[in-house]
Amino acid sequence: MTTTPQRFPLPRLIGLAVWLVLLTLLSVWMGAQVPRWLPVSASSAAPLVDGLFGFETAVATFVFVGVVSVMVWVVLFNRAEKYDMSDAEPIEGNTTLEIVWTVIPLVLVMAIAAYTIQVNREIGLIGPMDHAHGPATAKSAPATPLPGGEVQVIARQWSWEFRYPVAGVSSTELHLPLDRRLGLQLESDDVIHGFYVPAFRLKQQVIPGRSITLFLTATRPGRYRLRDSEYSGTWFAANQADVVVESEEAYQDWLRRASRLPLQPGLSDAAREYAQQLSGERRSGYATIEPAQPPLVNVPGSNTLPHDG
Amino acid sequence: MTSTAGVESRILRAPHPVPGAPDNWKRFFSFNTDAKVIGIQYIATALFFLLVGGLLAMIMRGELITPEADLVDRTVYNGLYTMHGTIMLFLFIFPVLNGLNNLLIPCMIGAPDMAFPKLNAAAFWLVPVFGVILMASFLVPGGPASSGWWSYPPVSLQNPLGHLINGEALWILAVALSGISSIMGAVNFVTTILRMRAPGMTLTRMPIFCWTAFSAQTIQLIGLPALTGGAVMLLFDLVVGTSFYRPEGGGDPVLYQHFFWFYSHPAVYVIILPVFGVFSELFPVYARKPLFGYPFVAGASLVIVGLSLIVWVHHMFPSGVPQWMRDAFMVTTMLIAVPTGIKVFAWLATLWGGKLRLNTAMLFALGGLFNFVFAGVTGIMLATVPVDIHVNNTYFVVGHFHYVIYGAATMGVYAAIYHWFPKFTGHMYYEGLGKLHFLLTFIGTNLNFFPMHPLGLMGMPRRVSSYDPEFAFWNVIASLGAFLLGVSIIPFLLNLVSSWVRGAKAPANPWNAIGLEWLLPSPPPAENFEEHVPTVISGPYGYGTGRPLVEHQEEIERALLQA
Repeated sequence: MTTTPQRFPLPRLIGLAVWLVLLTLLSVWMGAQVPRWLPVSASSAAPLVDGLFGFETAVATFVFVGVVSVMVWVVLFNRAEKYDMSDAEPIEGNTTLEIVWTVIPLVLVMAIAAYTIQVNREIGLIGPMDHAHGPATAKSAPATPLPGGEVQVIARQWSWEFRYPVAGVSSTELHLPLDRRLGLQLESDDVIHGFYVPAFRLKQQVIPGRSITLFLTATRPGRYRLRDSEYSGTWFAANQADVVVESEEAYQDWLRRASRLPLQPGLSDAAREYAQQLSGERRSGYATIEPAQPPLVNVPGSNTLPHDG
Repeated sequence: MTSTAGVESRILRAPHPVPGAPDNWKRFFSFNTDAKVIGIQYIATALFFLLVGGLLAMIMRGELITPEADLVDRTVYNGLYTMHGTIMLFLFIFPVLNGLNNLLIPCMIGAPDMAFPKLNAAAFWLVPVFGVILMASFLVPGGPASSGWWSYPPVSLQNPLGHLINGEALWILAVALSGISSIMGAVNFVTTILRMRAPGMTLTRMPIFCWTAFSAQTIQLIGLPALTGGAVMLLFDLVVGTSFYRPEGGGDPVLYQHFFWFYSHPAVYVIILPVFGVFSELFPVYARKPLFGYPFVAGASLVIVGLSLIVWVHHMFPSGVPQWMRDAFMVTTMLIAVPTGIKVFAWLATLWGGKLRLNTAMLFALGGLFNFVFAGVTGIMLATVPVDIHVNNTYFVVGHFHYVIYGAATMGVYAAIYHWFPKFTGHMYYEGLGKLHFLLTFIGTNLNFFPMHPLGLMGMPRRVSSYDPEFAFWNVIASLGAFLLGVSIIPFLLNLVSSWVRGAKAPANPWNAIGLEWLLPSPPPAENFEEHVPTVISGPYGYGTGRPLVEHQEEIERALLQA
């Protein structure tokens, strides 16, 4: 398009400026709405993820509403008259514009990428290959190991078992101390599962034959839902557990009390439903793998209590 | 006017009947080598499987309208979602796009047919073969495959009944046959585009649809061998007991994820690139303006091909890949926004200051662009590692994916079907039914797939047969949208069938469009231009420029109409 003064008279430029200001305000407002769409943030990683997502939401709103407003404009004001069979003014391209809308998006996405890599560093969300040298995050305390070791997380078809080797406790409810960075050692007995706590904004595949350590710092007391995030077979959807975050004292107290409790079958919705199917109380469908026996644990806990996210 | 005797003499001359000629509907059920017959065979088969896949989706949404697993057993739900994805990808969207390729490529470049007509027919007839194999898996003991269309081992290798013929084995067989069919098709399309263009139709004068089809089919040739190899190893693990992916035998289940996504991410571009082509064809026609920046739009397709092959690990951020890999693949994924942006801005600039005609085809193209831009911005979010870690394998991804595949790609396919319907059937469609179809589809798509984004952000995993009660609200809305989408198919099919049977006769160029296919009569004769192959003298989309497209344009049109 040739930018002659006639094509862009002052009122039009003012209109464009007003529209850009409104679009920017809308985008900033949308970015600020992000916390309302997400579960409570309960780990040191969560505010960083939410901040990035809020920034992306603002950019996305600007791009999407910007494009759509052009579409709305042409649909409203650039329609052919009913019997007008003529063509419009033939404009075949403009190299300057092409350069502008190549370079601006390029700079924009690279800026987002740079910001993201920065967030990655801060979260210290480290892959299994370099977990031994994971950087401590600015926000979390130095990686002090649990007294004598980490929590062992064992995923099965279809139950979660959490073992605290030093305290000699096992449970089907994950208890974590507040504000202390610790490592979870993720293992699977059968297929790939996914360790996913939405309130922590953390997710990691649990891969059979590997032991993957996931570091996290819980920052908000409460009860959260742990979900299996990698499809794992028939009772995949029912493979949920609760995560209880409590103060260091309450946590130590829980470990002490739990270690004295006798072993009993832990929670497994799959095993319960399967038993109902065998007894004919519940309809069954196609053939299925039999659920693993519920693990024997000191504390079955609960996965039905009201949770915070 | 020419009498039926004229048509009959051509039927006698040609080795196979002319499309649209009376009393030869049987050609659609035969091993016909005419690309225009094969194109319609592909599209009709694909639409049949769209109904099957859609029905499965509606049962799924029926299950998900309540939190409990109560409508069907969990095993049945898992089979349904697996078959829904498999059918929609391998039996709907790929075949329907190959149908458009068959109809459009030879006509657009002035070729009489595809380069290898028999290979073309063989590629098509594999589709019903593997379609039957896949449907038959519902009937084998143990039920159909139920580990998702990704079929990740080890869960896909679990064979509860231990039978040799099981749902998963049939699924792998069907996917392998689909791959063979696609490779056969790709060889044909690439060869035809490179070798059979009319005189003067240089690559830089080729319609964008042919550029995008060429780009997409190149991806098929590069990527499919990886998936096919991965699938063969999966079949061996399942049937013969090898340990490519079994950890207990020293195998690595993550290896499969690399093979799978090395093809299956580019596969999304195989789907969306031809739809970009459709947008690039339709916007100039209905805005009465040349495509803005033709060389940039054409070149962007090739850039997308190159980038599409180096982004696959973004599906595996939570799979236990090292941090450097996450960062590197995030950057490559982000870069795809640049060529895609070039296309979107080119379409907007094409529309800007145009004289828009909002018929059904144009409405679907505009609606498809709207949905595509929404999918694009959520795609950028998914590319960034920490956000992806949170929403990976949640409904956020399902929503993003369906905005691409249904909102953009399928609506683009609808746009193409309406736009070229008069050309290949010889009949006009009914605008009223078409606009109703558009309205129901656009509302249904957004009602069905938008709620999946908040659900994913809240942490609802995909592929679940039951969910926590806090997810119920958005799921009810999504289910209502899904049922509306089911309803939207009714005016579509009614329109197709009734227009083809008794719609008004279509002229050669009802939309006053520029392109070789619009010089041909509607429907085109079997060998397209036959002895009147034109010489192209200018680029496509010369709307408003007054440039003729071919030498002696008027004489050629007259000769073709009188043939």
